[in-house]
Amino acid sequence: MISFEHVSVQYADAPAPSLHDVTLEIPEGELVLVVGPTGSGKSTLLRTINGLVPHFSGGTLTGRVTVDGLDTAEHRPRDLATVVGLVEQNPSSTFVTDVVEDEVAYGMETMGLGSTTIRRRVEETLDLFGLTPLRARSLRSLSGGQQQRVAIAALFAAGPRVLVLDEPTSALDPVAAEEVLASLHRIVHDLGVTVVLAEHRLERVVHHADRVVLVDEGHVSELLDPAEAMRRSQIYPPVVGLSRLVGWSPTPLSIRDARRKAAGLRQALGDSAPPTGADLRVVGPADAVRITGVRVSRGARIVLDGLDLAVARGSVTTLMGRNGAGKSTLLGAIAAQHRLSGGKVRLGADGVDPHTRSARERVRTVGLVPQQPELLLYTDSVAAECAAADEDFGAAPGSARALLDRISGGIDPAVHPRDLSEGQRLELALAVILCGAPEVLLLDEPTRGLDYGAKKRLGEMLTGLAAQGTTVLLATHDVELAAEVADRVIILADGEVVTDGPARDVLASSPAFAPQVTKVLLPQTWLTVAEVAGALARIA
Amino acid sequence: MTRPRLKARLQHPAAWWLWGLGLATAASRTTNPVLLLLVIGVCVLVVSERHDPATVNPLPAFLVIGAVIVAFRVVMTALLGNGIVGDTVVLTLPSVPLPDWAAGVRIGGTVTLESLLYAAYDALRLAAVLACLGAANALASPRRLLRYLPATLYDVGTAVVVGLTFAPQLLTDARDVRAARTLRGRDGRGMREMARLAVPVLETAFERSLGLAASMESRGYGRAVRSTTTSRRAATGLALAGLVGVLAGLYGLLDSSAGGVLGLPVLVLGALLAGASLLVGASRDPRSGHRRDQWTWTETVTVVAGAVPAAVLVVGSVQGWEGIVPSQQAELPAVPLLAVLAVVVSAVPAWITPRPREVAP
Repeated sequence: MISFEHVSVQYADAPAPSLHDVTLEIPEGELVLVVGPTGSGKSTLLRTINGLVPHFSGGTLTGRVTVDGLDTAEHRPRDLATVVGLVEQNPSSTFVTDVVEDEVAYGMETMGLGSTTIRRRVEETLDLFGLTPLRARSLRSLSGGQQQRVAIAALFAAGPRVLVLDEPTSALDPVAAEEVLASLHRIVHDLGVTVVLAEHRLERVVHHADRVVLVDEGHVSELLDPAEAMRRSQIYPPVVGLSRLVGWSPTPLSIRDARRKAAGLRQALGDSAPPTGADLRVVGPADAVRITGVRVSRGARIVLDGLDLAVARGSVTTLMGRNGAGKSTLLGAIAAQHRLSGGKVRLGADGVDPHTRSARERVRTVGLVPQQPELLLYTDSVAAECAAADEDFGAAPGSARALLDRISGGIDPAVHPRDLSEGQRLELALAVILCGAPEVLLLDEPTRGLDYGAKKRLGEMLTGLAAQGTTVLLATHDVELAAEVADRVIILADGEVVTDGPARDVLASSPAFAPQVTKVLLPQTWLTVAEVAGALARIA
Repeated sequence: MTRPRLKARLQHPAAWWLWGLGLATAASRTTNPVLLLLVIGVCVLVVSERHDPATVNPLPAFLVIGAVIVAFRVVMTALLGNGIVGDTVVLTLPSVPLPDWAAGVRIGGTVTLESLLYAAYDALRLAAVLACLGAANALASPRRLLRYLPATLYDVGTAVVVGLTFAPQLLTDARDVRAARTLRGRDGRGMREMARLAVPVLETAFERSLGLAASMESRGYGRAVRSTTTSRRAATGLALAGLVGVLAGLYGLLDSSAGGVLGLPVLVLGALLAGASLLVGASRDPRSGHRRDQWTWTETVTVVAGAVPAAVLVVGSVQGWEGIVPSQQAELPAVPLLAVLAVVVSAVPAWITPRPREVAP
């Protein structure tokens, strides 16, 4: 269906080619998962399939990419639209119309299908993706998961034989991600559409894949069996990590397969109880963040209504919940980004009210890394950004650079911040904010687009900061990160706290938010592979 | 009401735009404040009854801009004068003596009611025209109108869609970036800060625009117009010439001081050229429509309702009816009854047209 023959892609000014001599043949009706670290060339590979690389992006492509017999060198992306549909990372920026139904019909209109055909296919597609109740909704009013489903439905409706998706679930909460993957599963199995998708959150998708392609620094493997690929891959989900630790073969990919093999492991671990809260770092008095009766409205909607919360000094607290539950709004209210219409926020031992302080004083008490870290970056190179940060926060020259070097795995200071990978951009934004040495550090969805390596570094960094007395509060959908770092987990729903407790209790008891290791080893409540490894080492 | 209720649907966008342009033509021909306020009232009424709930209503923004224009004109007239001589002195500002070579220019001095009224009426005319355009925008999103743009004008179409998204997004981005700026301990005020903010705001907006253009491209917008390069160029040329003709004609219609050549003849010529370009280039335009907008009697009534005030006021201004251009006296202007009735007629679409689709918030 899709064939690559000796394909290389070289962007102008790039030191190395983004793709290097790729030869690959993807047969019809397969769900192929593209796995690789950030910046390895996954997105480039996906975008060559419909010709956006190089027709739209620039750069030089050598070799041949053919889709359903059409050579992308001779056909522009718009001419390939009948064959390939591409769903971008951020669907909301790609919507062309205003209403769900119009968006679904748009592709078919540009293809000139008859209006009765369009009517019929719109109905079928809305039903297939469970969007019928939303058909007359304005696209802007939808949640992230709904928008992603509309974007997929809109492409699918045009009847392409191939769907290409770039990180379809990374911005979604676990439940919404399941909805999207269920829709994909359905169109692959019932309708024989070929799906190629790239995703960092392997724990969500790897068990849906028929074949896996590994990408590393522009080199692409052949089509691999998923279990085989996970045995070889340098990035892998926790369930595979557990399997590697214990030596299961073949490598289980789903919770179900792993549980079948896990009886022996559970028995071996039986005597040693998982570490309890006492083993965690000492947490200070609950005065770092005190929120009473906070009420925030955005537009006509009241997002938070009478929320109370107290967070202990030097702890790591994770806010979780569905898209639109009010997590970002809560962080914004603490950092005085949103005005309160009721209640109060007090930060630190001195009880600072961030809403009455000037921005300059406020950054000493509270720092927020927003969901889009690039909003914090203004200059044209990493080095200039660090220098500007020193100036903004009145820090000694070079302190931002020192922080950045500690956080990141080495970033070229001459690079433009927009050219950094998403993980590196987050690290730079974090270094900028930490320059103010805030008592309370807030992070909004920090793991979007981060691979496991970058996530691990982030986790270690946050744990280190907390050990030095910084209070960390992060909003995330990433249960695996929460399992790694959190002392306490708070689940928000509809602007209210529905669950609040020690991370282990909350995560282990929630079906949606339990990490993979916990799901495999229940009723024992291990959270991470590292914990299990430690326990096994003690037993041995 | 005995009439069965019409099925909820969006009216043809062209009908609403023709209605808005008709009303704008009418407004541009008069400086009578009663008529102009009536035109604005009609716009507000029709929009509040029939605006497309799926899009943000742009009319308030247009009204605010109109109000700012009126206020600005009045203040500037008070300060600088506008050459209108009157007897009714409202107040006397301290006058700045200017050298001889600046004769004819004054700063400060006496402010007369006549000059203020003239300025206010003239600015109100512009505000009313803006309100008409805002109403057309609110009643039918320009994106829907764009569907009728021939595929030969593919690049223009992409540019317009991206532009329509760009402007409102720019405001949102500016707000976000400025809010993020406070996270770095700066309050985002002052010239130097503004310059700093401009770069990330524009970068974000450009990235978003590129993303949208890429999305339109990969979703087949402007695909496979199976025509030769020559015919495509001819069509593009004709269409551009036609658009220029239409614009020039509209300008002639809207501005009574423009020469007689501009106006209706040029408008007709432009429309013919644009039509020819459709025939040449887009005869094989493969696009189709989901729920292709219908043209029924309500659309015709809407267009006629817009054309009535345009016709009456054009005739009235040419024949010089009393009250179309009020006298420069400090008195209540005479109100031409026929013109008032004509403007009232244009409010009819608020009731006889189908209700727009229901969109959940």
